[in-house]
Amino acid sequence: MARIEAEVGKPQGGFMKWIDDRFPYTETMKYHITEYYASKNFNFWYVFGVLAMVVLVIQLFTGIFLTMSYKPSADEAFASVEYIMRDVEWGWLIRYMHSTGASFFFIVVYLHMFRAMLYGSYRKPRELIWLIGMMIFFVLMAEAFAGYLLPWGQMSYWGAQVIISLFGAIPGVGEALVEIIRGDYSISDITLNRFFALHVVALPLALIGLVFVHIVALHEVGSLNPDGIEIKKHKGPDGIPLDGIAFHPYHTSKDMVAIIIFLIVFSFVLFFAPEMGGYFLEPANFEPANLKATPEHIVPVWYFTPFYAILRAVPDKLWGFILFGGSVLLPVFLPWLDRARVKSIRYRGWIYKSALSIFVVSFFALGWLGTQPAEALYVLAARIFSVIYFAFFLLMPYYTTIDKTKPVPDRVV
Amino acid sequence: MNEDDVDRIDRNRRHFLTVATVATGAVGAGLAMYPFLASLKPSARAQALGAPVEVAIGSLQPGEMVRVLWRGKLVFVLRRTGEMLGRLAENPDRLADPDSLVTEQQPNYAANATRSVKAEYLVVEGSCTHLGCAPLEDFDLRPSENWTGGFFCPCHGSKFDLAGRVYKRVPAPTNLRVPPHRFVRDDLILIGQDTGAA
Repeated sequence: MARIEAEVGKPQGGFMKWIDDRFPYTETMKYHITEYYASKNFNFWYVFGVLAMVVLVIQLFTGIFLTMSYKPSADEAFASVEYIMRDVEWGWLIRYMHSTGASFFFIVVYLHMFRAMLYGSYRKPRELIWLIGMMIFFVLMAEAFAGYLLPWGQMSYWGAQVIISLFGAIPGVGEALVEIIRGDYSISDITLNRFFALHVVALPLALIGLVFVHIVALHEVGSLNPDGIEIKKHKGPDGIPLDGIAFHPYHTSKDMVAIIIFLIVFSFVLFFAPEMGGYFLEPANFEPANLKATPEHIVPVWYFTPFYAILRAVPDKLWGFILFGGSVLLPVFLPWLDRARVKSIRYRGWIYKSALSIFVVSFFALGWLGTQPAEALYVLAARIFSVIYFAFFLLMPYYTTIDKTKPVPDRVV
Repeated sequence: MNEDDVDRIDRNRRHFLTVATVATGAVGAGLAMYPFLASLKPSARAQALGAPVEVAIGSLQPGEMVRVLWRGKLVFVLRRTGEMLGRLAENPDRLADPDSLVTEQQPNYAANATRSVKAEYLVVEGSCTHLGCAPLEDFDLRPSENWTGGFFCPCHGSKFDLAGRVYKRVPAPTNLRVPPHRFVRDDLILIGQDTGAA
């Protein structure tokens, strides 16, 4: 206030000064964009954070337009999606952007998370960035799950039936909890209506808030890099990290290239393969929900199948739920499970490199097995890969300690 | 505030007031959450729509099954043949709960060898006790596969016999649930209610 009062009657400094006296515009832009210094040796793995933001914007924008024509009621939902596809001008494009965007959201987020595992981005002092990131991932899973019920197709209905029933496995409170989630004695119009509220209002708000906090935390600590070197250790006389370059214009111009390539790939899928052979949009969901018959082959969308395969590998309801939940939660503890002296894979020994490779193979294998019927040989394979999945995390404190590491250079070269 | 004032601040009292205010506020906020949480429970309309349903079984032939909806849940009504009933006693050691000891899965009057009010008519919820998929009917006898007929869940492979009793070593933990029901007449079943007049 004092500042503003001192300026009254003295029109000088122009419009930006008028703004800056009332809102920290220039200061914020400098802190987060033009004078935010990130390492000069970023590689392509470092574009997926920006791409996740691009997809978030696509989802929010297309989602708003879908909401204008969609009807969240059991009687009308399926028909209103078909109405969007056939009768609303360009409705098919908007809907396919949204459905393709959902799958691409998970593709870029999984790659973004894998980047952190490659270069140790979750290690001290970036644990909180990782924890917030994991929260974003959980909200994203809930958002995708709630959204998948909305078309009220066969797979929407029965997929929701299976996942909501999972909570019934919790001893004691399970059944009551399931009834609170559904708001009815079975999945019904009431469930659809509240999932719509979650998908369109509550979860996107949470997502935007968490993304904001994720970036604030990142900019406080500073980005890591493929060498796992803290660039803030070596600053020039001006206080700027010697190995850092400003986010804008340097990193932004590189990100623009990535965004363009991403949009080319995205458009290709959007126009030529929006169903992606049944992986992005499942065939069973082109039939309206039938409460009297489960589809022969019930499978979640591809991004949930690794965890679903673990659930199915367990021949017990409660333990299935516990291991399913465990497989989703375990990555949260990575900052504390990883005891290696170095952060980046570039300076780690053969043990971690092998462990990470086997983990990636088992994640893909579980993802594929989750799409297959629960028959003997597939279940056996799913059990083997589930053990590997858990071993990767649970044995990490041991094998990262004994792994031989290479010396990390002092500066980015 | 001068030095004397600082000395006169009773920090204990100030701390007590802070804690008391926060605690009172937290209790108030907690109580204020109740209406919102309670609004998530099944509404009065949902409860009313959960009223009992009548199923006419006059035309149901032995070996036939009908699917009806009660509270939006699928219910199977199977008229078993004498031969089917005979198969029930064949393999108790392969079932997880052959004597229906898990009390929540059926009303008392159905906790018997056939899990039914009248031996002929099996009334069970068509919802797998694992994760809620609708089991498929598979009533054929196939001795080569050691299968004496029953229900098979396509989602995760759970198996149930012709009384809805779950097999051992499948993901489903309990027998298919028998909903409350009673016979209004010989050819009319009321599902969802087992006492009072129809």
